[in-house]
Amino acid sequence: MEPLSWTGALGTFLNPAFGIAVICLLASAFIQMVLSFTASPMRMQSNADGTLVKRGGFLGMFEQTTQAALWAVILVILGYIAVGALMPYGQAGIIGAMSKQFFPVWILLTVMFVLSIAFKRHLGLYGKLFDSIVGMIGFGLVMFWVFTAILAGAFDMLATFDPLTQVSGLKNKTPGVTVPDGTVGSIPHYLLGGDNLARDIFSRMIHGSTIVVAIAPLATLFAFMVGITLGLPAGFYGGRLDTILSFLANLILAFPVILLFFLLVTPEIVNSPIPTVMAMVLFIFPLIFFAVLLNSRYHTQPAKRTPILVVVLGVLAWLYLSLISQEGTSVAFLPNWFDLFDINSGILVVFVSVVFVNSPTVYRIVRGLALDLRTRDYVAAAQTRGEGAWYVMLWEILPNARGPLIVDFCLRIGYTTILLGTLGFFGLGLPPESPDWGSTINEGRKLLLIFAHPALPPAIALLSLVLGLNLLADGLREESLKD
Amino acid sequence: MGLFILRRLGVMILTALCLTFVVFWLTNLTPNLEKLAKTQGNFRMSDEAVTSYLTNRGYKQSLPQKYGQWLGVLPGYVIEGSDGETRGRCVAFEQPIEEAPRFCGILQNEWGFSTVFKEDVSTIIAKRLALTGKLMFWVMMVMVPGALIIGVLAGMREGSGTDRSLSTVSIISTATPEYVSGVVFIAAFATPLFGMQYFKGTATAAMDDANFINFFLPVITIALYGMGYIARMTRASMTEVMTAQYIRTARLKGVNFRTIVLRHALRNALIAPFTVIMLQFPWLLNGVVIVETLFNYKGFGWTLFQAASNNDIELLLAVSVVSVFVVLVTQLISDIGYVFLNPRIRIS
Amino acid sequence: MTDTTYDGPILEIDKLSISFFTRLREIPAVMDFSATIRPGEALGLVGESGCGKSTVALGVMQDLGVNGRIVGGSIKFKGEEMNTMSRERLRDIRGSQIAMIYQEPMASLNPAMKIGKQLAEVPMIHEGLSESDALARALEVVTDVKLPDPARILKSYPHQLSGGQQQRIVIAMALMSKPSLLILDEPTTALDVTVEAAVVELVKDLGKKYGTSMLFISHNLGLVLETCDRICVMYSGEAVERGSIEDVFDEMQHPYTQALFRSIPLPGANKNARPLIAIPGNFPLPHERPTGCNFGPRCDYFEDGLCNENLPIEMYPVHGNDRHQTRCLRFQEIDWNAPIDVGAQTAKPEPGRVVLKMDNLKKYYEVAANALFGGGDKKVVKANETLSFEAREGETLAIVGESGCGKSTFAKVLMGLETATDGQILLDNKAIQDIPIEERDTKTIADVQMVFQNPFDTLNPSMTVGRQIIRALEIFQVGNSDAERRERMLELLDLVKLPRAFADRMPRQLSGGQKQRVGIARAFAGDARIVVADEPVSALDVSVQAAVTDLLMEIQREHKTTLLFISHDLSIVRYLSDRVMVMYLGHVVELGSTDQVFAPPYHPYTEALLSAVPIADTSITKKHIVLEGDIPSAMNPPSGCPFQTRCGWKSQVANGLCEKEVPPVRILSEGHQVKCHLSDRDLADMEPVIQIAAE
Repeated sequence: MEPLSWTGALGTFLNPAFGIAVICLLASAFIQMVLSFTASPMRMQSNADGTLVKRGGFLGMFEQTTQAALWAVILVILGYIAVGALMPYGQAGIIGAMSKQFFPVWILLTVMFVLSIAFKRHLGLYGKLFDSIVGMIGFGLVMFWVFTAILAGAFDMLATFDPLTQVSGLKNKTPGVTVPDGTVGSIPHYLLGGDNLARDIFSRMIHGSTIVVAIAPLATLFAFMVGITLGLPAGFYGGRLDTILSFLANLILAFPVILLFFLLVTPEIVNSPIPTVMAMVLFIFPLIFFAVLLNSRYHTQPAKRTPILVVVLGVLAWLYLSLISQEGTSVAFLPNWFDLFDINSGILVVFVSVVFVNSPTVYRIVRGLALDLRTRDYVAAAQTRGEGAWYVMLWEILPNARGPLIVDFCLRIGYTTILLGTLGFFGLGLPPESPDWGSTINEGRKLLLIFAHPALPPAIALLSLVLGLNLLADGLREESLKD
Repeated sequence: MGLFILRRLGVMILTALCLTFVVFWLTNLTPNLEKLAKTQGNFRMSDEAVTSYLTNRGYKQSLPQKYGQWLGVLPGYVIEGSDGETRGRCVAFEQPIEEAPRFCGILQNEWGFSTVFKEDVSTIIAKRLALTGKLMFWVMMVMVPGALIIGVLAGMREGSGTDRSLSTVSIISTATPEYVSGVVFIAAFATPLFGMQYFKGTATAAMDDANFINFFLPVITIALYGMGYIARMTRASMTEVMTAQYIRTARLKGVNFRTIVLRHALRNALIAPFTVIMLQFPWLLNGVVIVETLFNYKGFGWTLFQAASNNDIELLLAVSVVSVFVVLVTQLISDIGYVFLNPRIRIS
Repeated sequence: MTDTTYDGPILEIDKLSISFFTRLREIPAVMDFSATIRPGEALGLVGESGCGKSTVALGVMQDLGVNGRIVGGSIKFKGEEMNTMSRERLRDIRGSQIAMIYQEPMASLNPAMKIGKQLAEVPMIHEGLSESDALARALEVVTDVKLPDPARILKSYPHQLSGGQQQRIVIAMALMSKPSLLILDEPTTALDVTVEAAVVELVKDLGKKYGTSMLFISHNLGLVLETCDRICVMYSGEAVERGSIEDVFDEMQHPYTQALFRSIPLPGANKNARPLIAIPGNFPLPHERPTGCNFGPRCDYFEDGLCNENLPIEMYPVHGNDRHQTRCLRFQEIDWNAPIDVGAQTAKPEPGRVVLKMDNLKKYYEVAANALFGGGDKKVVKANETLSFEAREGETLAIVGESGCGKSTFAKVLMGLETATDGQILLDNKAIQDIPIEERDTKTIADVQMVFQNPFDTLNPSMTVGRQIIRALEIFQVGNSDAERRERMLELLDLVKLPRAFADRMPRQLSGGQKQRVGIARAFAGDARIVVADEPVSALDVSVQAAVTDLLMEIQREHKTTLLFISHDLSIVRYLSDRVMVMYLGHVVELGSTDQVFAPPYHPYTEALLSAVPIADTSITKKHIVLEGDIPSAMNPPSGCPFQTRCGWKSQVANGLCEKEVPPVRILSEGHQVKCHLSDRDLADMEPVIQIAAE
């Protein structure tokens, strides 16, 4: 087999088109920006005879050009993907081969988008997302990586080679290199080349997504539980409780994140009881949260409340105990058959420290929202009918703070992804052979000036996921502000 | 006002004490100390030898005691060791014990000795901080005006083409952490990969002689990440101000657009970003460590990385204290600045 | 800058149509609107919220925002077409020839700019004056708007002034270049009644002094009567009737105008003998307007096949009157003088036993003198001072006062959200003043409930209407099963005359009046015996106000509820209350039956309050009392009598007693008490404020 070029036969036609579209877009956007300082914006003008006239068309013309160029760029990119996926293997170069590899993801994405757009008027805020181009692009990027992670992690699809197998002779080889005969893999090429240990970069990137997509949202969710459980009472009651909690939050916020990681995520600490203790403290918050949530709602009807609480808390407590009980450590109190899972202590410490640094920010947001919402009349109405404080906080205030919290949740997953990458970049926490993007960038950067290609794919993957989350958050914010 | 600053100072000192205590505790955990004993003594030390090594050098005292001595509010230890030698915390090399001062903590400007660099911590910190100061100066020069201009231009006319283009740029830049942009920049502009090898991929030379070629990439890498964030804040603040009633009042008074932006909107719109810029410092330290490691620029961040990875306790402590101090001072400036910029709070 | 050579109409709006464009559709906000304002004339634009009156003003200013657009018609200012005007010309006119005054004075002043600078900017732009000349002009105008210490005010920032002062500054800013047209968009809505009266007075005087024409936008017919020469009534984007004040008020020719007048509580209306007549139905949403006449579905004179034909309805001139026009197809057939079909008259119920008794209730707060910088001195705010009264079963007691009078604090203490500092609250002879709400038993809580002011805030936006009522039932332990509670919830919806289908709606799908009804249903979920209604209708449109008020009265009659009606609106208070309590800065200054309070002798504050309330009736003459200055802050109350700083009668009391001592409570007649130093003779000499001309 021959080594693959980047775009193969596809490139002869699409590459120039892509180049022209991008240049048009940049030029037109730039001109438009310059014009907007001098020219007045477009304005519709009605005349006495009932006709409409557009004024200030010069700037408007460039606005339309920009729009058209943007669509052209999107179309060409879709062309690369669609045509590449349909052309026979190798014909459309590396890009085509990758697109083929991602075929199941494209199908899932298409199905999801078609269904969502078809029913968008019945889907609330999620449906409104499909009114915003920015939101759709962001959502598409995020779901691309989510599907990739699920397919690669749970079904072992997509990846072409084992992410840990080293193939001699492929060390630091450039993208599209042919693998020697007899190598175990689904295709005969290292699509994105080999890294300094001669492993397939493409497969490592795919498997890396599983780690990121598994940890980042979960860690963010826990941070939200902690932040909400503490932020609501702080904002609602105010006073001394607020002062103390806010001081603690500011304490953590004043701690440079990187320093905290260097101090917390060290082999010595991983082996000490500190991560387990922190996990015990941080992971208890979901239990408290749900217990209070359900109790405040159903306390007037004990016959209903008690069974619900027993079931929910039972399941949560089991998960909690399984989570903190670690075999071979001082807290291995659960018998093995009862312990659902054990978590690698390196991952646990990463998880715990990410939750730890994110919680205070969530706390501050929730506190601010609670402070604002507690002055509403419906809160006063709840109080005057004798509702408990927690009912007011969790059922009257929290649901009405959901808009900003959902937006921040998306942003924060992105931020957590960046933090995980930072940890990997410094080789902290996760094992060095781990394919997660941060660690891969760290491996790649050491020889960056000589071989640039191993560090780029994980870097761009991480960038696209975080960008997707940011765009999604932006789309959500915009749509939730409308009407 | 004076009372306000005093209160803020009090809170700040309390915060600093809490944070340094946490750092002190984390660095002085038993496994860290054992590792220290082994690296300083020898790697095949027996457990007893490690214990006596640590006891003789005061490491086995209680945590508050050690913290007090390190701060300089408790007298330094004087211990007659199990090996017969008497050691004191404040005893300099070959100095008789009687002549040593009683207190020697950071309050006495005694920062200790770095085991990695074999040098006084205070000299290391001073030197490295100066280098990072140079880097940060240029980062600020690029980041702050850039971010404010982008934010104001974008927020001036919400929803216009300019706004959309600039907002996209700032979203992309906030989504690009330093280790991604750094890697991409180096790959693009410092290697022959794309035929655009305009800059140097390492900034080691910039420590003595910084110029555009060797300093641009590290500066822009740090600046870019923060720039997007500040620009978005500025834009949000600006759009909010531009839809305010008083801007309509000004418009319907016949004030032209330029004057509205410059005289009526700008001051109100810059209050929020000012706070944000100041609160960026804890995050900027992230960038500094990443970029200095990536570009091999031996400044403060690089030192932090070295101290942490080599278990250099005294150096790590000193670096932590300095960074916590920087963060707290910027917070103080942010608080005071906010009050000064905002007449609604200043005069009431 | 008044152009003296031009003597035609100042503003001519002809068949103006304005639309807003959203993602989904075009929403017409103003349709076929015409108006003319002659020099020196004041035109009042009246209508309910959402009728497009503010849009007209912004259209005249050519400032409709990104989504708004003029889609037809013309606007001529002094004969010059504004729709095609260049940006520069528009800028010249704005601020110098046409000036605008807005609803919220605080928001319309730049918080980071000194007042003087903001004022001086106007002549500097339009007349090219130097800064010092402009400041001199500013000083002059600020003196004109009767602000104390103008030099100091020019040097201060907006937040250092009170709401009334800020509004005067906005007025001053509008007058800086002596414009020929002044547009006032609800200029007094955010202000207290007594402050409003003073601002209206000022606008009227200055309009005369500067010879300015005015476009006065308001929802308050009384205010328009006091300020304008001509009136234009708008409904759902259209002008429905216009003419001179006298013609429209006394010879109205449109069913909507008539219905509007019948739904506002004028003197003479009475909840038992002459109840208000609410306009049936709801205000149509802009994209759900009916075919034919917009008012058709709610009109008493609706004729099928005529009023709902899909044909444009024009403005028809009413002969014999000066420029009086109406947009009604049947106006000539309708007998406008037919007597009002008086609704069901009811006998005045006898008040029952005393259920609630306040005895010397006091509520003091301690607040830090300086919120931001903390610490410092603690100040005591006396929110309620020696409050004593009784309320009987089935009685309506109105609590009247302006902002800061302590009426909300009183409600909080009664509800148990705060505990009293001193004194007693007896509910069925049981003291509850020290029991916070968490410790009250369910019965007590269910007995005392509250209806809130802001309809947009009173319901939790993320819970269905039914769920919110059921929650109240759960808490009050009504019903034994979910099914029982659901049934009870549906009955409550019936009680407040809402369709049962509303149970599954979200609050955002309801109009303001409907939300307020749900709020009432929720308050009565536990069969409340005492209901505190905190300005329950003040945020609603007039036509809806009547419906909600009548509903409240009806439920009260059936349930023999004691209603504590908190309000600042004396018209509605006179209409529905049995007894009235007037509060000022935490003190009860007057307490008595409605007849006693609304007839002399008054407390001087009550007298001023009565005079300040605008009344939309041309046959009424009012004594003119304008209070000086603003309401003092409760943080820093005046010495002696709380009202002495603004009292017009202060000079009648010898020895400056008013400044030294809080007046004692004096019983004037059975059940009528005032807190005043005035001598019996002075009190007896007081004349009635409101007089109805002989009919």
